[in-house]
Amino acid sequence: MQEEVKNNNIQTAKAWKPKILAIFCNWCTYTASDLAGVSRLKYPATTRVVRIMCSGRLDPQFILTAFSEGADAILIGGCHPGDCHYATGNYKCLRRFHLIQKYMKQMNIEPERLRLEWISASEGKRLAEVIGEMTETITKLGQSKIKKQVANIEK
Amino acid sequence: MANENKPKLKMAVYWGAACGGCCVSVLDVHETLLTIIQHADLVFWPIALDTKYADVEAMEDKSIDLTLFNGAIRNSENEHMAHVLRAKSKILVAYGSCAHMGGIPGLANFSTKEELLSRVYDESPSTINPDKVRPQHEYKVPEGTLEIPNFYEDVCMLDQIVDVDYYLPGCPPQTERLVEVFLAIVSGAQLPPKGSVIGVSERAQCEECTRIKSDNRSVDRFYRPWEIEDDGVSCFIDQGVICMGSATVGGCGVRCVKGNAPCRGCYGPVPGVTDMGAKIMSTIATALNAEDENDIIKAIDSIEDAAGTFYRFSLPASKIRRKIQ
Repeated sequence: MQEEVKNNNIQTAKAWKPKILAIFCNWCTYTASDLAGVSRLKYPATTRVVRIMCSGRLDPQFILTAFSEGADAILIGGCHPGDCHYATGNYKCLRRFHLIQKYMKQMNIEPERLRLEWISASEGKRLAEVIGEMTETITKLGQSKIKKQVANIEK
Repeated sequence: MANENKPKLKMAVYWGAACGGCCVSVLDVHETLLTIIQHADLVFWPIALDTKYADVEAMEDKSIDLTLFNGAIRNSENEHMAHVLRAKSKILVAYGSCAHMGGIPGLANFSTKEELLSRVYDESPSTINPDKVRPQHEYKVPEGTLEIPNFYEDVCMLDQIVDVDYYLPGCPPQTERLVEVFLAIVSGAQLPPKGSVIGVSERAQCEECTRIKSDNRSVDRFYRPWEIEDDGVSCFIDQGVICMGSATVGGCGVRCVKGNAPCRGCYGPVPGVTDMGAKIMSTIATALNAEDENDIIKAIDSIEDAAGTFYRFSLPASKIRRKIQ
């Protein structure tokens, strides 16, 4: 796979790697990323992690801001349904996620660029897998055009 | 009240890509127009006066005291006049939703220029155009060359083109707000800092709304206003109708809700909100009660034209200001 990725991108940008903004909830997914770290699991260095207290804190403004400022994709991580530290935050996140997906479809933004995963504190391995998968998907999809198109007003 | 020796203010009202409603809202001052005329000369106002562009271009820089610019920037004529009026005006106000955030014309950013032209000149059922004639920027006739403005790919709001001093939002702005602002300028009152949105309150529409909001929203699906019988008392969102009030700044006097129609968001975002549509997405999504993923998808499917509803007046002002191509 590594070879393939290299070949795909060798002409466009030698060093281009997807930039993925990861927004993780404090109680589950962020803890899982700690676990992945202490377990010395390897996954691509494509994510920038932001910790929020609960996936229910996810404001759609964060997503749109990240896209408009050059994120190639966004990964949201929260507790499994029923396991939210604040009871229902992750359901709120799930509803927002689907509404944002609907908006993205109208804006012609590929749905793969926004992913929501439930990853509990013990699933460090799953976290590494998800980041690996997502890096692969986004690498195939290529760099996001949003930042460039938003910056230039076409006359 | 009028000081005879005091020179009159020079005022201009201009429209870019607009429907004309903003200019009419200036006329809606009714008899207060007499007070306005007592204090100001209208030097340029295409809806009412026959001043030509060349006359405006010939004016000295900064010779107009106050210009109310309504309408979005859609073509080269709008842009040209925006630059001219910026140069000629001391205070340039983006007047109305279109100049403030792009407004209804800004919804064109969901399409490309080619899609729009093809719809209008080829596809629409009432069009007969077998020769596939399209508007040309220049056209040669025996008498010379005719020119029409260049139609742009993107619709922009006024401050994406020129520097703007104040924003007076609304579709159209409430006439009372205009009169207040005008009288403040005439009386020489301390003006707010440059870049302020004027004629608005500091809080959301909900603050002034008299409808009753439940603490625990539980909406099964969303309806378009005509699909339900409004009870006239409870919050629109509780009834499953999309209302933009929670993301929209007050100032209009919740006129739409008082008329039993949900707020559409023409007054622009509450201070601190950077993307109005995103903020309302947040409210609308969390009002749902579904917990199962498929139920959530089904409920969200009941929202017709989500992006167009949430960004009805603010697409060019939003973070992702046009459909990505």
